[in-house]
Amino acid sequence: MSGEAAWEMVIGLEVHCELATATKLFCGCRNAFGDEPNVNVCPVCLGLPGSLPVLNAFAVELAMRIGTALHCEIRPSTFARKNYFYPDQAKDYQISQYDQPINTGGWLELPDGSRVGVTRAHMEEDTGKLTHVGAGGRINSAHHALVDYNRSGVPLVEIVSEPDIRSAGQAKAYAAELRGILVATGASDGRMEEGSMRVDANVSVRSFGTDSFGTRCEIKNLNSLRSLGRGIDYEAARQIALIESGERVVLETRHWDESAGRTESMRSKEEANDYRYFPEPDLVPLVPDAAWRERVRAGLGPMPADRRSALVAALGGSASEAEADQIRAVVDLGLDELVRAAVDGGAPAPLALARAANEVAAQSDAGLVLTPESFAALLALESGGQLSATQSKAVLGLLLERGGGDPSAVAEELGYEALGADFLAGVVAEVIAANPDEWARYVAGDDKLTGLFTKEVMQATAGKANGKEVAAELRRLRG
Amino acid sequence: MTDARALAAAVRAGERTAREVTEEALDAIAAGDGALHAFLLVTPDDARAQADLVDAAVTQGRDPGPLAGVPIALKDNLCTRGIPTTCGSKILEGWRPPYDATVVGLLRDAGAITVGKTNMDEFAMGSSTENSAYGPTLNPHDTGKVPGGSSGGSAASVAAGFTPLGLGSDTGGSIRQPAALCGVVGMKPTYGRVSRYGLVAFASSLDQIGPFATNVADAALLFDVLAGHDGRDSTSLSSKPELTVPGLEDGIDGIRVGVCRNLIDGCAPDVVARVQEAAETLAAAGATVEEIRVPEFAYGLSAYYLIAPAEASSNLARYDGVRYGLRVDGDDAAAMNTATRTAGFGAEVKRRIMLGTYALSAGYYDAYYVQAQRVRTLVMQAFDRAYGSIDVLLGATAPTTAFDLGAKVDDPMAMYMNDICTIPSNLAGHPALSIPFGTGVDGLPVGVQLLAPALEEALLFRVARVLEAAAPEGVRSP
Repeated sequence: MSGEAAWEMVIGLEVHCELATATKLFCGCRNAFGDEPNVNVCPVCLGLPGSLPVLNAFAVELAMRIGTALHCEIRPSTFARKNYFYPDQAKDYQISQYDQPINTGGWLELPDGSRVGVTRAHMEEDTGKLTHVGAGGRINSAHHALVDYNRSGVPLVEIVSEPDIRSAGQAKAYAAELRGILVATGASDGRMEEGSMRVDANVSVRSFGTDSFGTRCEIKNLNSLRSLGRGIDYEAARQIALIESGERVVLETRHWDESAGRTESMRSKEEANDYRYFPEPDLVPLVPDAAWRERVRAGLGPMPADRRSALVAALGGSASEAEADQIRAVVDLGLDELVRAAVDGGAPAPLALARAANEVAAQSDAGLVLTPESFAALLALESGGQLSATQSKAVLGLLLERGGGDPSAVAEELGYEALGADFLAGVVAEVIAANPDEWARYVAGDDKLTGLFTKEVMQATAGKANGKEVAAELRRLRG
Repeated sequence: MTDARALAAAVRAGERTAREVTEEALDAIAAGDGALHAFLLVTPDDARAQADLVDAAVTQGRDPGPLAGVPIALKDNLCTRGIPTTCGSKILEGWRPPYDATVVGLLRDAGAITVGKTNMDEFAMGSSTENSAYGPTLNPHDTGKVPGGSSGGSAASVAAGFTPLGLGSDTGGSIRQPAALCGVVGMKPTYGRVSRYGLVAFASSLDQIGPFATNVADAALLFDVLAGHDGRDSTSLSSKPELTVPGLEDGIDGIRVGVCRNLIDGCAPDVVARVQEAAETLAAAGATVEEIRVPEFAYGLSAYYLIAPAEASSNLARYDGVRYGLRVDGDDAAAMNTATRTAGFGAEVKRRIMLGTYALSAGYYDAYYVQAQRVRTLVMQAFDRAYGSIDVLLGATAPTTAFDLGAKVDDPMAMYMNDICTIPSNLAGHPALSIPFGTGVDGLPVGVQLLAPALEEALLFRVARVLEAAAPEGVRSP
């Protein structure tokens, strides 16, 4: 047997998450993205001689939140030094947790019900950032490099999964779910494009039914969920092709080139650094007591899975496939509170969900705030028939643009004041009189003509009529 | 020069100005250091400015601090803001730290006057100060001899009378051994008692800053100024330090002294004789004296020469030419690193980096680094057993009196053996002190060493005070 159908992918993900602390992991410098280079630095994060690290307690708290949300055991832990020379590394070693990480042995449940094991989630410091200058900026041809140490010492948690993932789709679902959890715990903003969440994938393939693992490759530079999926699929196909042509997969780190759509060899693991880990003598063991662990546990809000369940409950206990997609989108964007508040305020759940997942979601990137009251009031107008769907969307758009407001006032401003029933009946009668043949066919049972009459009424009322009410009037006149 | 307490008292009382005292020290250095090379850098303007601040405080009736106007020499691995700090290495030549070490701030607050930076073995790796990239320091008692090391410059400054006080750092004996060879008091505090912030690291789990002085009371006073918690050093102890000065004269009646054979056997006979006399002195002063053996101490040296280089190999990685200090260009970053480190480090530093890198390497880590840590634990347990029945240990500080310049530079193992008596306290993180006690057959100073459990600095000083009061005729002041 040959072809991809004979092969199973085995994937484990390593996710680096920058913690949303105000200051760095071992000093008081600001932890901020996008500042002018080398402004957020001090003797500690520049690794000046004589400086010493002091652990940021809030970073520990966030790491514990992540561990708790991932069902890990939170244990006494230590820091180690990972030694290697690189110009972005201020001390030429990285302080990282190694053999005694703070969080071990958890799991993450995906929306489809599958579970991915979490081996560990440990703390470490980020490096600085290198910019290669000259000759196109490629590392091998650059004339010189500039180092920005603003990122040096920014707190990271690295979350390492078990090799439990079996497809690119599942890998994307894991990364998306993990991002939701990181945001929900307040540990991170989860922005892959700003590098605050970075995903590396360990990919190998094996024949279906085998228990042993194939040789893996680590794929780096997967800067979006799309890249993650494409990179894994490409890499698995590359490995299968190698094996089927009688060659061997080499244990190595590979770089995903998004524009070329392929992975390229970076370095082989055999010639990789010996990091010479040893316990960091400048730090003492970290032993969060039971009270602290309990405070963290008690302080955690609902996780994305809980929030999805709450929305399903609001829908009456079940969701269609389309609704499930909408629920995922709404929870990922943090719009679920809005939906639930609107439903609590009397709005129909499917309508609230649809408007949130589509119209609100489309503009949520701009950071616009819509109050639940405003949203609920709008949905009430739409579901009560005072606004058509089209009108409702237009009002919603304006509310989002303005960051809230009274939907009735906005509707009025747009000229969407509900047409009086008598006025509407008059317009319908005029349209019928102008189209006698069509009316006869409608009366004979050709319902498709509802559309034509509605369109005419809309034209006559400059779109202010409610389509549902027009249809109702037509049915009433047909008798 | 008069002792530090007398100087401070005179300055505080307005009998002398800090400026006057400072000028005397600067003059003494200018006149005498050409022959000794205790200082890598003297900072007269900075010293005068500090002195003027102290004098202003006195004039205005503000408390100028317990060390008001007392000149002090700083080992050149202590960061001083805007003042070059070289660690005795070419690789840091010209580097000016943007900040002061915590101890430097404490000294200024106490009214002490820092007059300059003293010579040392490069990155504190050595026992003779001959490993300095800037040339050796000579022993004030005999310029044909070494002052010991690595804090040889500070020890020599105090012994020569340039400054009443000095600061050193002690990783494996680097305060106590030069104190012994130069005939001054030197003390290594409990690990974590004095902040390491701003001390350029050699071996982080062993390094500790401590005082040099001509007498026990001055050393105790300086220690009291330095001791305390520092939030910038995670290994700093949070407990409030006990002041050591108040109990100095309380005597040692009933104190149990263990004369440790393992800190004596193998030392030169004249050194052994002085330790025996010290034991007799303590017995005569009311202590219970018994012989004790702690065989585990014998393994301390081997463990130390794996752990310290391992940590050093990592601590010294940052000298890569990228951010500060020496840079020797290369075709790419890696070549620049290599060229810089090849040119910037001396032979002993390179030897220890290689040793430490090897000890941490995959496949050797368990056999060397981990095994050395096990030995370290054994040494700690051995101390605990010993301190079950005694209060203080007594032994030699160094195996011999000061040796000839150049005698051991080509024999690293012979040089390393100098630390055999001092290393156990570093491995355990305990305090220990060297006090001059007579001379050897060559007429050079002999130091005896007192060791105590963690945080027992006050006890150490109290016992040392008894030895000091009864010390046999010492060497002439050089």
